[in-house]
Amino acid sequence: MSEHKHKSFREENGSYKGVFAWIFSTDHKRIGLLYLYAIVSFFLIGVLLGALMKLELMAPGKTVIDPATYNAIFTLHGVIMIFLVVVPGLPAVFGNFLLPIMIGAKDVAFPKLNLLSWWIYVFGAIIALSSLFMGGGPPDTGWTFYAPYAFKTNTNMLPAVLGAFILGFSSILTGINFIVTIHRLRAPGMTWFKMPLFPWTLYGTGWIQILATPIVGITLLMIVGERVLNIGFFDPALGGDPILYQHLFWIYSHPAVYIMILPAMGAISEIIPTFANKSIFGYKAIVISTLAIAFVGYFVWGHHMFTSGMSGTALYTFSLLTFLVAIPSAIKVFNWVGTLHKASIQLETPFFWAASFLFVFMIGGLSGLALGALATNVHLHDTAFVVAHFHFIVFGGVGFAFMGAIHYWFPKIWGRMYNSKLATSGWIIFFIGFCTLYLPMFFLGVTGMPRRYYDYVEKFHGPNIVSTIGSWVLILGLIIIIYNLIRSAYKGEKADKNPWGGRTLEWTVDSPPTLENFDEIPVVNRSPYDYRKNLES
Amino acid sequence: MIEQTTKDASTFVSQVDGAFVFIFGISILFLVGITAFMVYYILKYRKSKNAEATHIEGSNTLEIIWTVIPTILVLSMFYYGWSGWKSQTEIPDDAIPIKTIARMWSFTFQYENGLITDTLYVPKDQAVKLDLVALDVLHSLYIPAFRVKQDMVPGKKTDIWFESEKEGEYEIFCAEYCGLRHSYMTSTVKVIPLIDFEKMTQIDSTALVNNNTVVDARQAGISVTRKYGCNACHTADGSKLVGPSYKNILGRSRVVIQDDEEIEVIADEDYIRRSIYEPNIEVVKGYEKGLMLSYKDQVTEEEFMQLMDYFKYLSGQ
Repeated sequence: MSEHKHKSFREENGSYKGVFAWIFSTDHKRIGLLYLYAIVSFFLIGVLLGALMKLELMAPGKTVIDPATYNAIFTLHGVIMIFLVVVPGLPAVFGNFLLPIMIGAKDVAFPKLNLLSWWIYVFGAIIALSSLFMGGGPPDTGWTFYAPYAFKTNTNMLPAVLGAFILGFSSILTGINFIVTIHRLRAPGMTWFKMPLFPWTLYGTGWIQILATPIVGITLLMIVGERVLNIGFFDPALGGDPILYQHLFWIYSHPAVYIMILPAMGAISEIIPTFANKSIFGYKAIVISTLAIAFVGYFVWGHHMFTSGMSGTALYTFSLLTFLVAIPSAIKVFNWVGTLHKASIQLETPFFWAASFLFVFMIGGLSGLALGALATNVHLHDTAFVVAHFHFIVFGGVGFAFMGAIHYWFPKIWGRMYNSKLATSGWIIFFIGFCTLYLPMFFLGVTGMPRRYYDYVEKFHGPNIVSTIGSWVLILGLIIIIYNLIRSAYKGEKADKNPWGGRTLEWTVDSPPTLENFDEIPVVNRSPYDYRKNLES
Repeated sequence: MIEQTTKDASTFVSQVDGAFVFIFGISILFLVGITAFMVYYILKYRKSKNAEATHIEGSNTLEIIWTVIPTILVLSMFYYGWSGWKSQTEIPDDAIPIKTIARMWSFTFQYENGLITDTLYVPKDQAVKLDLVALDVLHSLYIPAFRVKQDMVPGKKTDIWFESEKEGEYEIFCAEYCGLRHSYMTSTVKVIPLIDFEKMTQIDSTALVNNNTVVDARQAGISVTRKYGCNACHTADGSKLVGPSYKNILGRSRVVIQDDEEIEVIADEDYIRRSIYEPNIEVVKGYEKGLMLSYKDQVTEEEFMQLMDYFKYLSGQ
């Protein structure tokens, strides 16, 4: 009996065999890993496309690809990275794997729905990627699909949007699942303010997923209505308004940025106290700022459209709201740094990722201030500065948090340790590559280089060379990191339950956890980040 | 010679750059300050130096301080941004209007006397208002040196104004992605003395294009292709861009697609006329339909004949 109980979830195959024991499993941990493998595969495709763009931009004129290919590549890079990688990203992988364990539950509230979400995700991804191989070739519209160009082009824009629509359902279902799980399945004694911060951010994210994602569906229906029934919504040739399309697109896609970044902030809020051996500073302030970001984040979409021809009143209203959303993010940063005060810091790889997250996230956030202010936005809008800004947030913020999370929870998920030296050298190379790749793009934007440019005038040449070299360094770091993790998943030293000295519930269960996570549902009677020695038992 | 921006390139530059200095200044201060704190803490409180952490759960005083200070700072940034931008919306009554037309992938500029150029000429020390018209998809007129940008939306009128205080040449870019040759959709703005500008825009314009004196028939044809932005898609040297080249065009037979059927036609004068005025009826095989818009009511009969002379020359006739 006890032998059976302590079989890990990786060995517990249920009634299926081989790969089917995974793709038909309703175990939240297996579903989390299914997402991980899918997302990492798409991420690597996205990285290759990005590297190809950087190679093309190394010199003016044609370097390796022609303009049509370049335009298709930046569109696919955006679609893959946003819809297939970063939006599902942390919630789908670490949320699925860890949310039930962190709140002391055996699984999510609706395990079958959870599996369905993954299947819908895969289906949506296939539809979106099919645009590559069918009909008029890959879409060349940019991931924003702006009207009327997106409706005029002969390339395959509809499958890509349809893919985003289907992926939206996966996102909504995951959101519902997490919200119900958090409301209903917390362990006895775990009041709202005794819940760890990563579940808190998943809670905020869940609401955004449910409330914002349906807009994608409405927009898609309008596009179909326009293309099939010739109803003029967006195309001025039919009497429509292209700016209406931009509104609808950003009403979803801006909150989507918070779907991406909130769970990243949650993961950082787990890593920092563990490696500081100290309670997180200002737990409640972090919770409230999470909810504030989720709420205010709905009302700032117009800052993507300051030069679109919107009315002046709309412009300064959106500018003001944009500045307000900066405040809760700043509060989080202060609290994270405050946590390090009088701490006892273990210098391990996950902590390096978290500390460098703070650095790149600050650059991303602070560069957003110049984009939120009207006078400076007009100059910077649609330039390389914007590209640098959102890569610092989405790749720097979310990407670094993802890396931190995978190095933090790796021993829990695979039950083995990775080579720490190799992991740290992978981190430092990646970090240097990242900064070399994206910092020059701020400079390019300030000096006036528009984004989505296949070719450029000579004065933009120097920074572009530096940026391209950065992309190679980043990829080198990435190869080291992935090699180390894959190797360690098979050959690493066995890890015990709690290698870092974490205090949240996932560190009380086996590594890797058993099918039902807990032998007995725990009773919680302390704050999640209490590191005082006398409590240890 | 394209010049770098200076404070007096346009009257907006100093205001916008003031906002930049304020926002970037505070941002860099915070970045450096917080990073320094973080690195200091990491060094001072690393485990080998400080084996025992002190139990601290937070501080309401600090939370209030670091909520209030950033709030004041971001609100002041909002104010700087707003005040620096407000003047861009207040178009002076005496601003000289110039109609600016964007199409894939060229800008053309039309002055009050009907003169059309592919380079934007503006007078020094005089407010200019560009009435922006997009014929096909979204474009965006961006003059980095002047700190101005405005999207051009088909079916909707937008405008932009500026006043330059220094003679010179500055770049114009299209900033909104508009398809295949987006990055080649560029032009130049030339700031010239008001007296020259008046000379140019008040006399009868038909004989004067791009400030060049017309020397021969070939030159006139070249000027017409530049005036209407033809060279964004067509070349004179035989190389293929989005549309076919003018080289050796006349008298050659070519395969066109009309109503989904392939037909062979001889490219004579009548064919060229149809190609300019109704470009989407017969589309040369291998090229995409719908990219070229009709130039009916734009290219005059006289200009058409100048084009024909030019094409004859390019076809060795």
